[in-house]
Amino acid sequence: MSDDDPESLPPSPTRRKFLLTSGSSVAASLVAAYVPASAKSAAGGTDSAPVSAGPSIEGVVPITLRINGKDHQLKIDPRTTLLDCIRETVALTGTKKGCDHGQCGACTVHVNGRRVLSCLNLALMHDGEEITTVEGLGTPDAMHPMQAAFLACDAYQCGYCTSGQIMSAVALLKEPCGPDDASVKELMSGNICRCGAYANIVEAIQQVRKNA
Amino acid sequence: MRIFEFFRPTNPEAAIATAAQSKTAQQGADVRFMGGGTTLIDLMKLNVETPDRVLDINRLPLNKIEATPDGGLKIGAMVRNSDLAHHPKVEKDYLVLSQAILNGASAQIRNMATVSGNLLQRTRCVYFRDTAMSCNKREPGSGCPAITGHNRTLAILGASEHCIATNPSDMCVAMAALEATIHVQGPKGSRAIPFGDFHLLPENTPHRETILEPGDLITHVMLPPPIGGSKQLYLKLRDRASYEFALASAAVVLTIAGGNITRARVALGGVGTKPWRSPDAERALTGKTANDATFRQAAEAALREARPQSENGFKIELAKRCLAYALRTAATS
Repeated sequence: MSDDDPESLPPSPTRRKFLLTSGSSVAASLVAAYVPASAKSAAGGTDSAPVSAGPSIEGVVPITLRINGKDHQLKIDPRTTLLDCIRETVALTGTKKGCDHGQCGACTVHVNGRRVLSCLNLALMHDGEEITTVEGLGTPDAMHPMQAAFLACDAYQCGYCTSGQIMSAVALLKEPCGPDDASVKELMSGNICRCGAYANIVEAIQQVRKNA
Repeated sequence: MRIFEFFRPTNPEAAIATAAQSKTAQQGADVRFMGGGTTLIDLMKLNVETPDRVLDINRLPLNKIEATPDGGLKIGAMVRNSDLAHHPKVEKDYLVLSQAILNGASAQIRNMATVSGNLLQRTRCVYFRDTAMSCNKREPGSGCPAITGHNRTLAILGASEHCIATNPSDMCVAMAALEATIHVQGPKGSRAIPFGDFHLLPENTPHRETILEPGDLITHVMLPPPIGGSKQLYLKLRDRASYEFALASAAVVLTIAGGNITRARVALGGVGTKPWRSPDAERALTGKTANDATFRQAAEAALREARPQSENGFKIELAKRCLAYALRTAATS
């Protein structure tokens, strides 16, 4: 058996699985490393009194985040943004971090059915709320009509902004929006595409709206 | 981001009592209310804001829009910008407010941002946002490199030798023209603040941006009854067509009878260190014939005190044309 025989190599994880695994383990160690012993936090509690956080690592707060219909019992650093929590703690990496300052829209998710920027929210602010990420829209075998339209219209190039574009576009379907392309462009202006796939993105959205 | 304690007060009184322990309600406050987070979390990531305690007030019962007995509108502090802009009564009676909000930020940010947060929106001056630079607003006495540096987008009205930072809000410009009142509950009780008294000029204390004191919680904004038959418009000029801050903007509310202007309210955005109501422009309009000459005179009056920085002299003429065009468009609508 030669060294370059694929059969002889140890089973390697797919790239996606590797990223998911390393992502969650890195997050776990960061939470422990960054929290000073003096930190205390509380998401609930009566009046303004902090409730004892309770977990073994002081300063790490327990919360329940409901993402794509599934409850996740988590312990997080209070500074964790909703974006970092989704990506690093829950390991749903479809939601992307672009600018991390509310200027690009790559991190768009739905909270209680409305589109928001997950980079400018703390995860703690959303315990008990209904969060939807691109993973909750559809599956490769049963895509959301907007996902199918993006595919059909070639509405992406590098793909990095795509999940944010799709989350925005799906939310737009329920918002007041004129029928013309200009109205769609205005309501999609919070999602930047540095490849410049804008024309195809508008086409995909209009296709879904016409078929709705 | 610095570590902080996170609390969720269950009623306004608890929020106020905790916030009252802060040394200041201005730049560098050690206790901060958290609304939509669109400004505060951004600035906390940059270490421009480093609160020890963050009070999540999103679930306080301050999120209603209600008609008042006198025909005005009571807008709760936690009402989201998108809900306010699309409220039927705002679209019908306070169109300039709806237009101003929809000209600001993006759909996602408007779903998050609150009315009270928008009142407290911070400047986009790059020196303020960069802790490696000096900034009198962030670190009093450290100097203002913007005056000799990059100031293309900064203020031409209301600046001082200590600070030339622009107030970035669109909503506030419309509220100034609509003569809104800001209602605050604090440790010593409640008070109502006329819109023009809420924001402060930088003068020699640019770190003080509003009249708020520790523990002051904005509870709601009141709009006076609408002026029947008034013509309203918000016009915003910027470097790109959407999702950009104003280089110059104008909010106008005109009443015209028989070709004459009987009442005028004018405010400018993107050019002032605070939302810039212009009584001079209003005087130049009131009682005059609604025509281009009058509108240009009002624009000249509004910018008479303007002083350019090294890179933004163009804003003086831009703001004049913005206001004149807004007045003409509103008058002929």
